[in-house]
Parts: sequence; C-alpha cells; structure tokens
Amino acid sequence: MASSNVAGNVPAFLNQNPKDRVIVLGVPLPLLEKVGLYALLAAIVVLPMVYDGYDIYEFGKILMYMLAVLGLNLLTGFNGQFSLGHSAFFAVGAYSTAIMMDQLGMPYWTTIIPAAAVCFVAGFLFGLPALRLDGLFLALATFALAIATPQLLKYDGIAHLTGGVQGIVLDTPYPPAWVDGIVMSITGEELSVDRWKYMFTALVAVIMFAGAWNLVHSRTGRALIAIRDNPLSAKTMGINTSIFKSAAFGVSAMYTGVAGSLFAIMDEYLAPESFTFAEAIKFLVGGVVGGIASLFGAIFGGWFVLEIPNFADLVASSLENYINNPQGLTGLIYGLFLIFTVYVMPMGAAGLAQILVHKISTRR
Amino acid sequence: MDLFIEQTVSGLASGAIYACLALAVVMIYQAIDHFNFAQGEMAMFSTYIAWYLMDDAGLGLPFWIAFVVCIIVSFIGGAAIERIVFAPISDAPVLSHIIVFIALFSMFNSLAGFLFDFTPKQFETPFGHTALIDGVISAHRAGMVAVTLIMLAMIYAFFRYTPIGLAMRAAAAAPESARLVGIRVGFMLALGWGLAAAVGSVAGMLIAPITFLTPDMMLGTLLYGFAGAVVGGLTSPLGAVLGGFLVGILENWMGTFVVGSQLKLTVALVLIIVVLLVKPAGLLGRVVVKRV
Repeated sequence: MASSNVAGNVPAFLNQNPKDRVIVLGVPLPLLEKVGLYALLAAIVVLPMVYDGYDIYEFGKILMYMLAVLGLNLLTGFNGQFSLGHSAFFAVGAYSTAIMMDQLGMPYWTTIIPAAAVCFVAGFLFGLPALRLDGLFLALATFALAIATPQLLKYDGIAHLTGGVQGIVLDTPYPPAWVDGIVMSITGEELSVDRWKYMFTALVAVIMFAGAWNLVHSRTGRALIAIRDNPLSAKTMGINTSIFKSAAFGVSAMYTGVAGSLFAIMDEYLAPESFTFAEAIKFLVGGVVGGIASLFGAIFGGWFVLEIPNFADLVASSLENYINNPQGLTGLIYGLFLIFTVYVMPMGAAGLAQILVHKISTRR
Repeated sequence: MDLFIEQTVSGLASGAIYACLALAVVMIYQAIDHFNFAQGEMAMFSTYIAWYLMDDAGLGLPFWIAFVVCIIVSFIGGAAIERIVFAPISDAPVLSHIIVFIALFSMFNSLAGFLFDFTPKQFETPFGHTALIDGVISAHRAGMVAVTLIMLAMIYAFFRYTPIGLAMRAAAAAPESARLVGIRVGFMLALGWGLAAAVGSVAGMLIAPITFLTPDMMLGTLLYGFAGAVVGGLTSPLGAVLGGFLVGILENWMGTFVVGSQLKLTVALVLIIVVLLVKPAGLLGRVVVKRV
C-alpha cells in the first residue's frame, strides 16, 4: 500500500536504464530531449511573428493553462497531494492582479510578483490543515473550496474590492514604448496588443516553467517525490514532511495563481463565474490527460483543455440540425477523455510518449 | 422567536434532502472507501429523467408513477455505472478513482444540458405549496420530510431485517471474509451503488420544486450532503442522516442570524474542514485505526 504511486504505477522498465544510455533511432535520448526543448522554445518565439489577433490570443491562453496545470502537476504528480480546488487559487491570483490594477493603479506587469506571493501564502496556509488530511479527505476539502469560491467572490462585504457579481473591467495591457520601438525598427509595423499579450504571457510562462524544471530536478524536488512515494521512509531519511508538503501546496498555488493573473491581464475582465468548479475540472483534465507526473505533460494538457471546446463546437456545428446545446458537448468529451486516460494510459500523454520511446529504443 | 422556529423547521426540511445525499455518500463510502463526487450530478440527472417522464412534451405520466419509475431507472443506472466503470479499476490508485468520479460529474452535468437544454425548468410537486401551521412550513417541505423519513425507515428495515441487506453489510465490512462464505461481493457493490443512486434520485425529485431544475442545482446541495456525512460520521448511515438534518438546521441558523445568505456555502466548507481536523470520526462514526 505504502509504495503505491498516486500517479499510477510506473512501469519498471522506465527506471531500468540510465537515461543517457537510451538510444532512440540512433540518437541518445538526452540529446533528443534537448532538441525537442529548443524546438519548442523556437516555436514559442516564432508564433507571434506568424499569427496575430485571435489566433495568437489562443496560443497565449494555451501557455496560461499550461501554467495552471503545471501547478496542479507539481502538487499531485510530484508530491502526491490531491486538489480539486485549484480554481480557488486561480481566482486568488486573478483577483490579486485585478485589485492591484483597479484599486492601487499599478501597471499590469508589476502585479505578477506580488500576486504570486499572495497565492503562495494562500496555498501555504491552506496546506497547513491539509497536512492532517489523507488523500481522499484532502480531495473533499478542496472540492468544498472550489464550490464555495464563486459565492465567496460575490460576497457583499468585499464587493468594493472584487466588484461583486459584476466583476472588474481592467485596463488594456499596452506594450511598453521601448518594445514597440524595437518591433517598429525591425518590422516597420506597430506591435498589436494581442501579440504583446502573448509575448508577455510567454515570457512569464517560460520563466516559471524553467523554475519548475529546476525545482523538480533539485534536492527539494527529490524530497517532494520521496514524500509522494513513501512518506514514512521520507521522514526516516530526515525530510521534514510537514514543511515540504505545505510548501508544495504554496508553490502549486503560486503557479496556478500566476496563471490566474495572466488570465485577468489577457481578458481585461474577470467575474466570479470564471472561477467555478468547472475551471478546477479543466485543470484536472489537463493534468491527467497530459500526464500528471510530468512537466511537459502540462504543455500538452494546456493545449488539450483549450482545444477541446473548439473541437466540440466544430462537431456541434457539423451536426447543427441534430444538436441544440453544443455547450453540453465539451464536458462530455472531457469526461470521456478522463475515463479513457485512466483506463488506457494512466500516466497520460507524457507516459505514452515515454513508453513509445522505450519501444523504439529497444527494437532490434 | 417566530423567525427562529420558522428557520429551524425550514432547516429540518432542507436537512431531509441533505440527509438523503449524505446517506447515499456514506453507502458508497462504506462499500468502496471513496467519496462519490458525482452523487449530486447523478441525482440531478435522475431528476431530469423524472421531469421527462412527467412533462407533456415527454411521456406525461402522473407524479407518483414517474417517481417510482425514476427510482427504478436510477437504481439500474447506478448499478450499471459500478459494473461498467468502477469494477475494472477497483485495484487502481486513489487518484484514478477521484478522476473517474470527476469524469462522471462532468459528463452527467453536460449531458443533462445537452439533452434537456440549460433553461431552468419548473418541477411539479404532489404536495402543493400552501402554507401549513401558520405559515411556518409549506406543504411541500412537510412532504419532503415525510417522504425522507419513510424512505429512511425502509432502508433501515432493508439492511436490518432482510438476508440480502445483511449480505450487503457483510460485503462492505469484510469483503474477503464475505466472499469466503459465498456472498457475491461484486454483485453487492453494484446493489449498493444502485441503492445510493435511488436515494439520490429521491433527494433530487424532492428539492427540484424548490430550486427549479437546472444542471447545476445539486452543486451546493451535494456540498451540504458531504458536510452532513462528515459531521455524522462517514462510517455510520444513522450518523449521516442525523448529520444531514443538523447541517440543514445549522445552515439556516448561520444564514439568518450570523453570516447572511451569501456565505452559506463557505459555512459548509469551514464545517467540513473543521470536523475533519478536530473529530474525523464525526458524531457517530467509528474511529478508524490504521496500521502503519
């Protein structure tokens, strides 16, 4: 029981070989990963040169969801704690940014770090009682948190800050003059707000992703993973499980909260209805389908949760004569994919990729 | 004082609904050691089925026939979900179970909107809405309490006095020993799911005339159901019922006299966390001792 891994049991062969000895189609795996990583980075840089308007806004949204899912992955996949309530931390981040912009008149880009700090503290504090709750009960407590959040945001007592049911309309995040100047001198065109929003989101997302990468591959990251795999042994080895678990909750809330900040900045508007349990389900879907114990899985997950509603709309519009309520289709497809993932690929898309790599590399 | 009595009685009435859901949650918790996060959505979907059976655009059946048919359909549906979805992953880690519950949640929620559209629907009640006893309680709320109590008595009798009820209790308490004495544990699990779904459908049909029928109507209600189950003790069906009624009264008291109606769900959140931290066994639950 103690050794059972929340993220599904990792096939033994994945841990057999040291990574650098795995050869895929004649290329060592670490080199392949590095090439993949730089290709991804290059794609992130090239995208705004090619796309504009709604397309680039969508790509920004993918990166935003990637961050939110990453927060959940750090908590559930790497530390073994459940959360069905990450929509609450998403809301804390979004509202922190919105209130700082709206009430204090701070420029949008200065709100990210304070909002991250607020979310870290919120997550850390929620993580303290969570220490005493085992997996299932933590899921229940966070479920309650997710359901109570929209009502709490509408509360009259804080409506002068949150705008109550109406929400808050924010200023448009215009690009700084110097960025505009650089772009102008290179392309001769003015930088559109949509492109700038994407660039800003991408910058934050890449920095945060690199941070998560370093965290997971550090001493702290190994401690988190040890706590997930066997809390008792971890404690015996001298890891302060309480501090690490609460801190993991804090860091996780920080990632999802920064995603919330970016959400507020990108949409220039936020209201309590954006932070319902459905949002928490989205993060869970992204985490699980992408691979909950994987950083790259979060990228796939972010893309997945954003594309599925579009896909559902497409299906609905092609069946226009038979379907009256296409909004209903998205949740159905999310659910089907969740069950499919649990049955067929418990480690998500990232796990599937790992297995494929193994299959190819051991083929004689 | 009048307000106090009125709020207490109306709290008892909504407590009846929470008691039903809490009971359904505890039945599944005892059988498979998991919370059914989709319990509320299953109840909501059952209620849509009842609406379809009664509505003129549907089959146009009278209330009580639709009521019984809906319970039977929910029972079969619940048992089918256990057999089809949960039986294959009974050995999977906790996270897999939670994910599948959330998947069911999402699917039922959107399926209801998809099939029956998202506009709130009026759900008729056989009791009417006339006020009883100087306007302290409406006829429908009194009927809610009565139906709940009758159903709880029937479930108690079922578990206490019938051989199959005994077998179900055995299968939940000690699956391996039960299997050794010839009880089909898998079948009992399916029965338990069916019963839980049926109890949930009754809760849905009773609360729909008050809240109107929408895909999201059960979200807050389920939270109170969970709170009831936690307060009463997750290992005790009687505790769950008691907890449900207590939470119903507490909700109304807090809502009217302390925090106002806008923070009612937060009350449930705080209640769940505090009880889980301070007295995880609840009022009537067993203290579970885990071997390390």
